[in-house]
Amino acid sequence: MNPIISDQGISRREWLKLGVYGAAGMAAAHAGVTPSVIKKPAKSVIQIWMWGGPSHLDTFDPKPDAGRDYIGPFTKPLATNVDGMRIGEMLPSLAKQADKYSIIQSMTHGNNGHETAAYIVQTGRQPDRLSWPGLGAIVSSFKGYDNGYKGLIPPYVVLTTTQGRFSECGFLGPKYKPFATGGDPAQTRFAVEGVVSEGISDERQRRRRDLLHRIDTLGRAMPAELHFHELDKCEDQAYELILGDSRKIFDLSQEKDDLRDRYGRNTFGQSCLMARRLVEQGVPYVTINYKGWDTHKQHFETMRRQLPVLDAGFATLLQDLSDRGLLESTVVWWGGEFGRTPKILWEAPWNGGRGHFGNCFCSVLAGGGFTGGHVVGASDSTGSNVVERPVHPNDLLGSICERMGIDPEGPLPNPLGQDLKVMPGGMPGFEGGKGRLKEIM
Amino acid sequence: MSRTLHHLCLIWGVLTLTHGLQGEQKPRVSLDVELNVFESAVAPAPVEPIDKLVAANFATLGIRPILCSDAVFVRRVYLDVIGTLPTVEEARNFINDPDVANKRRLLIDRLLERDEFADFWAMRWGDALRIKAEFPVNLWPNAAQAYHRWVRASITSNKPYDQFARELLTSSGSNFRVGPVNFYRAIQNRTPKGIAGAVAVTLMGTRTDSWPKVKLEGMAAFFSQIGYKPTNEWKEEHVFWDPLGTSTTAGNTAPGRAAISPPPPPPAPKPDDKSPPAPPPAATPTPPPAVAPAPTPALVRPRSAIFPDGRKIELSSDRDPREVFAEWLLAPKNPWFARSLVNRYWAWIFGRGIIHEPDDIRPDNPPSNPALLAYLERELVVSHYDMKHLIKVILNSQVYQFSSTPRFKMPKAEANFASYPLRRMDAEVLIDALNRITGSTDLYTSAIPEPFTYIPEDQPAIALPDGSITSPFLALFGRSARATGLFRERDNKTLPAQWLHLLNSSSIQRKMEQSAKLKSLLDPSRKESEIIDDLYLTILSRFPTSDEVKIIGTYGLAKPGKPAPPAKPAAPGQPAAANKPVPVPPIIVKRREDWLDLAWSLINSTEFIYLH
Repeated sequence: MNPIISDQGISRREWLKLGVYGAAGMAAAHAGVTPSVIKKPAKSVIQIWMWGGPSHLDTFDPKPDAGRDYIGPFTKPLATNVDGMRIGEMLPSLAKQADKYSIIQSMTHGNNGHETAAYIVQTGRQPDRLSWPGLGAIVSSFKGYDNGYKGLIPPYVVLTTTQGRFSECGFLGPKYKPFATGGDPAQTRFAVEGVVSEGISDERQRRRRDLLHRIDTLGRAMPAELHFHELDKCEDQAYELILGDSRKIFDLSQEKDDLRDRYGRNTFGQSCLMARRLVEQGVPYVTINYKGWDTHKQHFETMRRQLPVLDAGFATLLQDLSDRGLLESTVVWWGGEFGRTPKILWEAPWNGGRGHFGNCFCSVLAGGGFTGGHVVGASDSTGSNVVERPVHPNDLLGSICERMGIDPEGPLPNPLGQDLKVMPGGMPGFEGGKGRLKEIM
Repeated sequence: MSRTLHHLCLIWGVLTLTHGLQGEQKPRVSLDVELNVFESAVAPAPVEPIDKLVAANFATLGIRPILCSDAVFVRRVYLDVIGTLPTVEEARNFINDPDVANKRRLLIDRLLERDEFADFWAMRWGDALRIKAEFPVNLWPNAAQAYHRWVRASITSNKPYDQFARELLTSSGSNFRVGPVNFYRAIQNRTPKGIAGAVAVTLMGTRTDSWPKVKLEGMAAFFSQIGYKPTNEWKEEHVFWDPLGTSTTAGNTAPGRAAISPPPPPPAPKPDDKSPPAPPPAATPTPPPAVAPAPTPALVRPRSAIFPDGRKIELSSDRDPREVFAEWLLAPKNPWFARSLVNRYWAWIFGRGIIHEPDDIRPDNPPSNPALLAYLERELVVSHYDMKHLIKVILNSQVYQFSSTPRFKMPKAEANFASYPLRRMDAEVLIDALNRITGSTDLYTSAIPEPFTYIPEDQPAIALPDGSITSPFLALFGRSARATGLFRERDNKTLPAQWLHLLNSSSIQRKMEQSAKLKSLLDPSRKESEIIDDLYLTILSRFPTSDEVKIIGTYGLAKPGKPAPPAKPAAPGQPAAANKPVPVPPIIVKRREDWLDLAWSLINSTEFIYLH
């Protein structure tokens, strides 16, 4: 609507004005090199996955003039702390954080099926012969155990259940699947599946582990060179988590009550807090699988209930990351598999519902070297079509890769033994796009 | 009777296996006793053709394999044939059955008639045939169910394999009613070349990735006249022979897709896309993707096709080319058809193909034992493609009954099947086993809210018809994603997260804590030795060894023993304790949690988690 960055991209003068880089950057810019090259790469990604597809009109692409059939009761978008940037009226806390994030209002892939759309948005690929890995698995492969990550907490964590509709790891294999915590961080005790067990004392854990070893008759019958060494390693690692210090990361009672309140005492809010604690420990990829956005029926009632939860959790996460100096090194990516139909279905059985809409939707990027306070691209007056700078999920994911120091055009090591690239630009069928999000990198 | 036999067997094993340890007073703690639980004292003597063919290689390699014990066999054969643990009674009866000459064969015969046999093998075929409602093959629930029903019924009736394959290749009709038509729908890339690739992997055990272009296009021509036509029923479509190209739905479009938004941007231009016979657009506009062949007349329906063996054929307008292809493939002399099936079955039973991987048959990936493969192929053809017969031939061989604790390590031994390969249980089999032990159930759900997808509470995982019906456990333990149908899509590698789950998850813990079955088994009024026997038979399908019983005896809450008359605990001639006052041995009391710890230990043992 009021894109600060136009379709034409951003001038060098504007870059300077934004002050995102110093002398070295000026030299780089002078030489025609993208400024991102000289920023430090980000270390972690927090993905807020809006499972089901959140309405773009009611969140980050408000259309106050589109009329009741498009916007229903939400007629008064909020000004933010960035001039000219407006967001939905149910997101007041996020309005105060707009300088930290940029909105991409021109996301498109055209698919309206949850499963396929989720696949496209998370892999950056249109379906083809292969089952591609999602971004989390790619990051886990480049920034995980294969490449120096030493943490006990697995490098790719999902709070609290896996997305499930496609195999996140694709052909990379289950080693790169996310670790699903299970449990509920909003409960007094966050019972992380397998790590925190209720009702079993550490003493009993040790005792029965010892028994397990003593009666492992088959294990002992195996010749030494054929022994289950790999398994023993897995078991040791598991026990370091069960009995070691790492499990304390999951203990949210170590946080101040006031901060926990600000995040919101609900599963999403506490998941945001948990995500911050995980990236603080160096976990490279955390997904918050936030369900409940597939609002075919009685959409606005649901929005009134859920948007305040989203607002508190997301805004506090941005503020908290920033306060701790983590925002610079942490990409926060918000979005779902698609948006929702701009035109409201007032009739029964929907009673004011919105359907699936892959033609035009929005995503939000913050931190990790992405510039805040910008709007990229634009949709038309009703949010039905992209009119400026179409962005395919491939462009967005490629940009995150780039910020993570993973060359999207570089080789993707894979067990298929094929010559594959990480996230190469130029989706067939989307050649008209401008590619990765240089304007906010 | 039962225990006596068992003990006799043990003692006999000690005598035969520990003869080198004469004079040692404690043979029972030796490794050999432990091995004896797993191994048979009978030396293998190659009788069956398979055994002779395999043994021929052993001599040159210097390998002397060992047969497995009855206890190992009963567990192994249950898990391999019906994907289900034997019950306490089944295990006990088999181990105690004195009919040593016949009992293994008879058990195999019985298992092949069980319902779970059809469930389990339909699950394996479901991986290969990609039976899944949702992404990426998008069959849709009703169609996935129809497909699975057809596969399962084919297994139950032991449909000859050539007929099975013919139905897959040539069926026409509704995806909801004619199960096998879904073969042509369960393909991500529904172009003639994509279909040819799926046919090659599924029925020829070979991959088309590295085929020369002409070869692939030649085979693709057989599949260039398949039409997909939607009906008025939501997501129903007909698969049919469409020589005139009348069907309007492009092969890559899912039927009945929600049409709320304007049509999506055009998909990638695929040079091999089927299109109506209208004149194709000029072959220049968009730059073709890197792999695209030069503009070919592929947009026009090909009039000739080439069999993968190089023979060219004109397609006649009055015959479905799928039938022409089927006729070629199903000919008894076809070099791919029988070979790929026997190799696939071998791989399903042993975890490793004679040609490995089983869907990667090519000249530069030779079989580890060509004569063995040739024998099995002949056996299949001569038996009129009798799949149960094939399984029987394999299971009754001594090769199948080798021990899995080899005394040798060499890659060649593995490739030559000198021991039964250790593998982690499949995800479905493992969770079913845990549920059976604890008498509990798991919740299976599908992401698609669909009335066709009714899942009963006590649903065994091996009987799930549809890859989209799932649970976190199945996902964690590497169940096949059913995207490509490749053998390696099922991943049984062990990961730390899986250990965390088995060792310490609330879901496993709840199963044990709340198990009525374990509770009655652990009833404090029962004798300890009975409880231990039953726990072992329930979980490991065998009796405990005396060592294990001893170790278990020391586990529990130690209470100070009665000081009055010490029951002469120390072994005679143990002077070590002489200079101290003889300590009163504590009495070990087993609380419920101690028994549960024992059950937990057995469930977490490699012996339980691994097929052995």
